[in-house]
Amino acid sequence: MARIDALMPWREVPLGGAILEPGNARKFKTGDWRSNIRPVTDREKCIKCGMCWVFCPDMAYAHREDGYFDWNSDYCKGCGICARECPKEAIQMVAEEE
Amino acid sequence: MARRVGMEVSIAISEAVKLANVDVISAYPITPQTHIVEHLSEFVNDGELQSAFIPVESEHSALSAAVGSAAVGARTFTATSSQGLALMHEIMYVASSLRLPLVMSVVNRALSAPINIWNDLSDIMAERDSGWVQLFAINGQEAFDLTLQAFKIAEDPRVLLPVAVNLDGFILSHVIEPIELLEQQEVDQFLTPFQPVLRLDPDKPVSLGAFGSPDVFIEVKKQIEEALIGSQKVVTEVWKDFGRLFGRNYKPVESYKTKDAETLLITMGSISETAMTAVDVLREKGQKVGLIHIRLWRPFPFKEFLQAIKGAKVLAVLDRALVPGGVGGPVGLEVKSALYAKDERPYVAEFVAGLGGRDLTVEIFIEVVDKAERYAQKQKDFQYELIGVREK
Repeated sequence: MARIDALMPWREVPLGGAILEPGNARKFKTGDWRSNIRPVTDREKCIKCGMCWVFCPDMAYAHREDGYFDWNSDYCKGCGICARECPKEAIQMVAEEE
Repeated sequence: MARRVGMEVSIAISEAVKLANVDVISAYPITPQTHIVEHLSEFVNDGELQSAFIPVESEHSALSAAVGSAAVGARTFTATSSQGLALMHEIMYVASSLRLPLVMSVVNRALSAPINIWNDLSDIMAERDSGWVQLFAINGQEAFDLTLQAFKIAEDPRVLLPVAVNLDGFILSHVIEPIELLEQQEVDQFLTPFQPVLRLDPDKPVSLGAFGSPDVFIEVKKQIEEALIGSQKVVTEVWKDFGRLFGRNYKPVESYKTKDAETLLITMGSISETAMTAVDVLREKGQKVGLIHIRLWRPFPFKEFLQAIKGAKVLAVLDRALVPGGVGGPVGLEVKSALYAKDERPYVAEFVAGLGGRDLTVEIFIEVVDKAERYAQKQKDFQYELIGVREK
């Protein structure tokens, strides 16, 4: 599980549990657990359309300079939505290696 | 100078909201609350009040919009009753937990079923634990004054919690009373513009209402609890300020003819005035009876309550809501809890009455006092008595 960086005393917790630092989700790695499958993209079939990037509910995909999309293992939950939405069936969900 | 005007209490409340110069009103009509927001929508339409009026599709949306509005730092008002308040239930907790200082008039009405549009306190008592500051008005002037005070209490940086101003449906909301309205410059002296401590601002982004893991949830709840308990100090300060400026004084617990009283009636809301008449009648007969009514329901003013009942031998609590399957009504529960740690405590007779708008007359208060005194003499062991129920 992701951890809160600082375990603050109640007086120091921002008002009503507000998050004062924009974009601090970056600090929370939520992919340390995953279903036992992960996406693998066949670059031969990929047309760089970015549907995987659009649909990923955890925003685990990032756009690479060469136009392809890579997923980040810190955030992927192995849900398989990218594989389902890929119009070219270029993404396969494969079993994690032990 | 203040103007004394005869007007419907609902209209007086909308006058107070107008004088508070609110930025946003978000509301959905429901009997018996409708006149308040109806009149406010006329003010906005006629250009007498420069506010955004958001007519929404439900009370869930009314309070949700109010939460959003308060979160950007706008002074926000809404109002509801009964089923409408029940539909707001989910957002009630969000408003207090996000520390949003909005103000709501709750025009108390029974909850269905049977469907009933008349008065009791079952609607607000279902929201007792929502973390709001909860005040009860006993007459039109109080409803007007408490509405203005509510903004100052809610927006105080030491509080930052929503405030519910309760008034009885119809028997208070729809009566015409002489009300001393304040002038705009008088109100401006008392109520300065809202200065939010934290707000949604694109230039300084923050997230409100984010996920709270088990690592932080208790700390956030502790903060809210401390703010709510601490709000009593601010409420008292605001009342002192108001009294100094306008000459009308308010206390968390009010006493009526309690000096030397052996039996005290305990009430909340507009029935308190009827109960005072009953006290007058009994005093004339030589009975040592008094009344205390609780104006600040949440946070509950334990110290002031215990001070107010000092010397009394019998307490006759009159609740207008039932805690089904429990021991009576919410006020009785609170009173009994407050007394538990005391070695010497008065006999508490708990009565539930007036549900769904059944009339509460002077005679009923006299009956309640008589019963309480008789039960105390016998030390009758009972949880509560439902007044007025037909047995045959």
